[in-house]
Amino acid sequence: MIERKAVALVSGGLDSMLAVRVVQDQGIQVEGLNFFTGFCVEGHTHAIRKNTKPKRNNALWVAERLGVKLHFVDVVEDYRDVVLNPKYGYGANLNPCLDCKIFMVRRAYEWMRGHGFDFIVTGEVVGQRPKSQRKDTLPIVQDDSGAGDLLLRPLCAKRLPPTRPEREGWVERERLFDFSGRSRKPQMALAKAYGLDDYAQPAGGCCFLTDSQYAAKLTDLWNSRGDRVYDLDDIVLLKVGRHIRPRPGFKVIIAREEGEGRFLTGFRKRFVSIKTLSHGGPEALIDGVVTESDIELAARLVARYGQGRDCESVRVEVRDLTGSTRELDVRPFTPQEIPGEWIL
Amino acid sequence: MDTLDTVVVDCRRLLCPLPVIRVQDRVADLAPGTQVEAVCTDPGALQDIPAWCRINGHTVLRTDSKDGEHCVVMRVGGACE
Repeated sequence: MIERKAVALVSGGLDSMLAVRVVQDQGIQVEGLNFFTGFCVEGHTHAIRKNTKPKRNNALWVAERLGVKLHFVDVVEDYRDVVLNPKYGYGANLNPCLDCKIFMVRRAYEWMRGHGFDFIVTGEVVGQRPKSQRKDTLPIVQDDSGAGDLLLRPLCAKRLPPTRPEREGWVERERLFDFSGRSRKPQMALAKAYGLDDYAQPAGGCCFLTDSQYAAKLTDLWNSRGDRVYDLDDIVLLKVGRHIRPRPGFKVIIAREEGEGRFLTGFRKRFVSIKTLSHGGPEALIDGVVTESDIELAARLVARYGQGRDCESVRVEVRDLTGSTRELDVRPFTPQEIPGEWIL
Repeated sequence: MDTLDTVVVDCRRLLCPLPVIRVQDRVADLAPGTQVEAVCTDPGALQDIPAWCRINGHTVLRTDSKDGEHCVVMRVGGACE
């Protein structure tokens, strides 16, 4: 008998964890894929912020717990077209969820064929997500990805037409599930039955593109540049700090805490940077081609968020891209002096 | 910089999971038994790279942290393991 192999999309969440476990239960060898788009909430945010507790990577944790190999795939470049030109449009914010799922399943299908695997497993549940996991959109994922009936969704398979793994007897359809809707109770019960008592809490937001504030900052970035372009540094920096834009082409990014400040120092060769000398204060970057008066304005903003905010004068250090530094004495802005529309 | 005995993967300034991805992509081209040193600034790499090694059959030889940099030294697993 041929031993069948499946490749699973492993996000680190409960659904994909269970999907893998269900097919493992049927003697299928599973390996996992995890796609890094740059917009993932997992990892970056926790790494930037100052945390006393080390943050685990849930995809790795799930893979280790289930005993499956996990392959990360860096799709930052290829994913750009999904973000900029989604065939099926955006969700509530800039989240191209259906196109995203199609993209990932297509990449998994290519991986499957390149590595001699037999089918693809996802943790999708019909009716669980308003855009990408509806009864009418699940077939679109199969069709547009090219995976067709080699895409098995073990958690809701009984609500869908039998796939080839089921028809060919690679897996027993009767031992798959019929979950549907937004309730997570069936998944939690199944996790309990498997003895899986520790898993990432279902939050629904694993991607910054679903976040309204993040989407607004990305839109602002595009508007300011007059073009819908970005690179990895751009989209990571949008996760960090206060973003204040006094005018198009001039933005100040001010760290909100020590971890963010440390992170921003890594960008000193790409951006003019400011730090407070006379008082405790945040690290900040200036994004854009700026004038001397812009730098002074930025310094006053930085001073506003430091411990010298109520003082007459605060001394800051301005560092240019070559590493040369100079000092500047400025009067901190008062809150009333900062127009609300500057704050993104 | 690589030495005769160790392949160095520079993951400084990268946030997890990128250090894992850089190590994974470098290891894909290396023979079993090769020693790899990942130099990272994200302390999360001290958890993530060893976890990735465990599930993919590589051996972590040591980890250490100094002056804001975190190193994971590993040996590539495979046929000769």
